[in-house]
Amino acid sequence: MTRRDSPVNAWNAWPALDTPRWRPSTLLAILLVGGLLAGSWHVAQVEPSLLFGEQGRRHVWAFVTGLFPPDVSPAFLALLMIPTIETLQIALMGTVLAIMLGFPLALLATDRLCFTGILYEMERDSPRWRPVARKAIYLTARLLLNLCRSIPDVVWALMFVRVVGLGPFPGVLAIGVSYGGMLGKIYAEILENSPEGPIEALHAMGAGKVVLLVYAFLPQMFANMVSYSLYRWECAIRSAAILGLVGAGGLGQQIEISMRMFQYQETSTILLIVFVLVTGVDHLSAMIRRAL
Amino acid sequence: MYRLEHLSKVFPDGTVAVDDITLCFKPGERVAVIGPSGAGKTTLVRLLNATLRPTAGRLQFGDEDITGLSGRRLRQLRRRIGTVYQQHNLVPQLRVVHNVLVVRLGRWSLAKALWSLISPRDRDVALAALEQVGIAEKLYARTAHLSGGQQQRVAIARVLVQDPDVILADEPVSSVDPTLGRTIVQLLVHLAKAGHKTLVANLHAVALALEYFPRVIGFRGSRVMFDLPSEAVTEQILAGLYAGVETNPFVAEYP
Repeated sequence: MTRRDSPVNAWNAWPALDTPRWRPSTLLAILLVGGLLAGSWHVAQVEPSLLFGEQGRRHVWAFVTGLFPPDVSPAFLALLMIPTIETLQIALMGTVLAIMLGFPLALLATDRLCFTGILYEMERDSPRWRPVARKAIYLTARLLLNLCRSIPDVVWALMFVRVVGLGPFPGVLAIGVSYGGMLGKIYAEILENSPEGPIEALHAMGAGKVVLLVYAFLPQMFANMVSYSLYRWECAIRSAAILGLVGAGGLGQQIEISMRMFQYQETSTILLIVFVLVTGVDHLSAMIRRAL
Repeated sequence: MYRLEHLSKVFPDGTVAVDDITLCFKPGERVAVIGPSGAGKTTLVRLLNATLRPTAGRLQFGDEDITGLSGRRLRQLRRRIGTVYQQHNLVPQLRVVHNVLVVRLGRWSLAKALWSLISPRDRDVALAALEQVGIAEKLYARTAHLSGGQQQRVAIARVLVQDPDVILADEPVSSVDPTLGRTIVQLLVHLAKAGHKTLVANLHAVALALEYFPRVIGFRGSRVMFDLPSEAVTEQILAGLYAGVETNPFVAEYP
């Protein structure tokens, strides 16, 4: 076989194709993104010299060496024990609260359960206000969920500290509300994707909404929902460790204190504990998810 | 049992699935609906079990006009109509016993329905139904672990527990192998006869339709092409029904 009739050369037999050209829209997009980046650099006051300049390097060095060695004296570890447990429990209670808040809202925010699709196919003749009311409830639930999760948990914590005072409880509330919004949104999406067949079958046999929910929607999607809730619980541990910075208890409070006192060795110990906690929960939830 | 008067269903996208059908099903009658796929047979079943709303015409069940019902009365009516689907439509994650008992939930209190998920109520009812379809030993099996044929039996057991006046079957044997298909059709016919229930079945397998159903309706292009006693259905009529259809089920031998 000569080189000429090798499959690659067979391309030559094809009609000449136009070389792709830059379309004006592509050029415009590149210019826009470039401009955006340049603008952000300027507005966000990105100043590498602060990090890498002579003085910057000295600060970085001082801070990094300050972190070592981590303070593992028994006295300090004993001091951290309570905040560590507190962090875990803030995360746990916060996630429970989030589920309690997110789940009912998710049901109202699931369109197939609420106002459309096969469940409402025959109901179109019912009084006109009913479908309107249903849709209004659905939209309100969506709005609430969006509101809860668009405000960051730290901001929620700041607000709750004002309302219920310092301590772990505002942390629980903050995680509950912001994670409730996230869980609710995802639960609704999961429920909307539950396979239609069994739902149609039960519906056609005269099952009501609650039966449909408990015997068709939930069993089909339960594993997904648990899995996502576990993932959120992992995130909640991280959040719980940070919320203390604004006075909502847990390890965050200790981080804040040690930083204010320039006790970086203590800071590094706390960071290590956070790392161990997050990794541990990571493995635990992975194990549970595998078992599901 | 059923009276359909100029019944039509046009979907929002403009597809005419059922076009001006007038039919009557008598109580206890066994009717097979045959025809090429896409003829609107499935839509007909979904109209008959009050899942879809007809866009025109009247649909009467017993003495009641279904088309005007809603809410609780509609649910009560639906309990009198049982449907067996091609894809079984069971919840695979639940145990067989729950999939069978689910139709009784409407008659139970909410607390009982929830508690039943943990410790099945009316276990004997489920067991009796499963015995009738020949898989009593699968009572506590997870539905996903059953074969296609077994799942279809569970779906039939569910209809038995429901104890409706009418059993509708939408291609009940299309997803199982032919031998099993025959057994399932036999089972449906037997149970309908024994319980004096009306049976309306969409069937892809013409041979089974002619063999087990006294009345056969040919459906094509969203309309009724013929409505005859099975003895009167000739090869010529069938050839007309499936004319131009690539996979002609008429030729396919049914063991």
